[in-house]
Amino acid sequence: MSDGAPILTTSHPPAVEVENLRKSFGSLEVLKGVSLTAKDGDVISILGASGSGKSTMLRCINMLEVPDSGQISIGGEAIKLKRTRHGMEPADQKQVDRIRSRVAMVFQSFNLWSHMTVLENVIEAPIHVQKRPRAECIAEAEAMLQKVGIVDKRNQYPSHLSGGQQQRAAIARALAMRPQVMLFDEPTSALDPELVGEVLRVMRALAEEGRTMLVVTHEMGFARDVSNRVMFLHQGMVEEEGPPADVFGAPKSERFKQFISSDR
Amino acid sequence: MDFTFMWETFRQLLTGVPLTLNLAFTSVAFGAVLAMMLALMRMSGIAVIEMIAKAYVFVFRGTPLLVQIFLIYYGLGQFRPTLQELGLWTFFREPYWCAILALTLNTGAYASEIIRGGLQSVPYPQVEAAKAAGMSGFLLFRRIVFPIAVRQALPAYGSEIILMVKATSLASIITMMEVTGLAAKMISQTFRAVEIFVVAGVIYLILNFAITRLIMALEWWLSPHLRRPPSIEPRIEAAHV
Repeated sequence: MSDGAPILTTSHPPAVEVENLRKSFGSLEVLKGVSLTAKDGDVISILGASGSGKSTMLRCINMLEVPDSGQISIGGEAIKLKRTRHGMEPADQKQVDRIRSRVAMVFQSFNLWSHMTVLENVIEAPIHVQKRPRAECIAEAEAMLQKVGIVDKRNQYPSHLSGGQQQRAAIARALAMRPQVMLFDEPTSALDPELVGEVLRVMRALAEEGRTMLVVTHEMGFARDVSNRVMFLHQGMVEEEGPPADVFGAPKSERFKQFISSDR
Repeated sequence: MDFTFMWETFRQLLTGVPLTLNLAFTSVAFGAVLAMMLALMRMSGIAVIEMIAKAYVFVFRGTPLLVQIFLIYYGLGQFRPTLQELGLWTFFREPYWCAILALTLNTGAYASEIIRGGLQSVPYPQVEAAKAAGMSGFLLFRRIVFPIAVRQALPAYGSEIILMVKATSLASIITMMEVTGLAAKMISQTFRAVEIFVVAGVIYLILNFAITRLIMALEWWLSPHLRRPPSIEPRIEAAHV
């Protein structure tokens, strides 16, 4: 697989391991003990109605939300947390920054940096966070933009692109970090229907490359055809989980049955 | 109107322009540093530090600049022994440095609010994207937050710079021979107040016109993302065919 991967041993740690994650916002408990293990190359679709906690879980993985309890490990490295007066906080910001630079995230609303061109967006973190040489970063960024099909837009600003192009630029920005894991938080939910396809095509190609992806999505087609595991969250708990063929073919949970039938 | 006299006046008042610009830009430069510190204090989340910054802004925005200049120029003289001990007296006995200090403290208060507005207008999703890419602390501030905030704050900051150019005229009260100081001196010699002040006013207009243009150019240069990209510029000339 990727040449940057550590040497495979029998005890090779999973790419992402989430154990018994709990998170409340005020009195509302959003996650009530969720666990998940993603091995290298896994593409896991995380489904659920709005408010089921799926985005919160994804955001906990790179500490954009800090869990109240539970453990998150990336490539076997557990993220250290400490308890403060205001609740839980990361114990070591340097560790969080380091882990975040290996876990790339693609957001629902793209979140490209508005004052930078597409190319500048893509090379920003590789140069300033990962401290890689500029020329190398530019060459790699252009290759990534080529891959997502917007290399001709490299000197334009995000505000000049369509939603689909912006999201593909955001995917290129994520790829440029050479991430071990990619997190997608409803990457097509903010797009016009006719632009969804171009983003899904790019994501499908990434899955076929063997990248490790956690995808919060409402795209049932993607969950069914592209991912190798599906997870259905309901009210902060895992309600259904397994390979898409099993989960969609013979759902055990009544709620998941309702969920997939209401989608059609 | 005696145009020969006005032209002569114009030429004489021009010799005050370097000092006017010197006072304005030195205090804007020092004031920007002070303002940034105050804005960060206001946003620190630490109640005591926030209160200090708030009180500072309240006092310096709430009292006239002229009063502040008087207090610094005449008031600091009372602390001469202390200032001499601290080695600061050589500094504060100069009206130039008193004017700079007063203008700096004053613009710092106003500009801190402008900068705070700019910092608060930075869209949080873009900050979050930077955090998710492994940025934090000063790197996040330097690469993402500050550049976006500057673009938001620039129009208001341009007004503040123009206000400062005009505020330098108050330094004439403490013997600074900038444009207004020279004008006042010429009036006491000639008693031709209207012509001389009209010319002085014209000089301030010209200065501020140039400064407005510079700031507009800076804004234009910093905000290509707010303009149409060159490739989809509407072909206006086609309408005339």
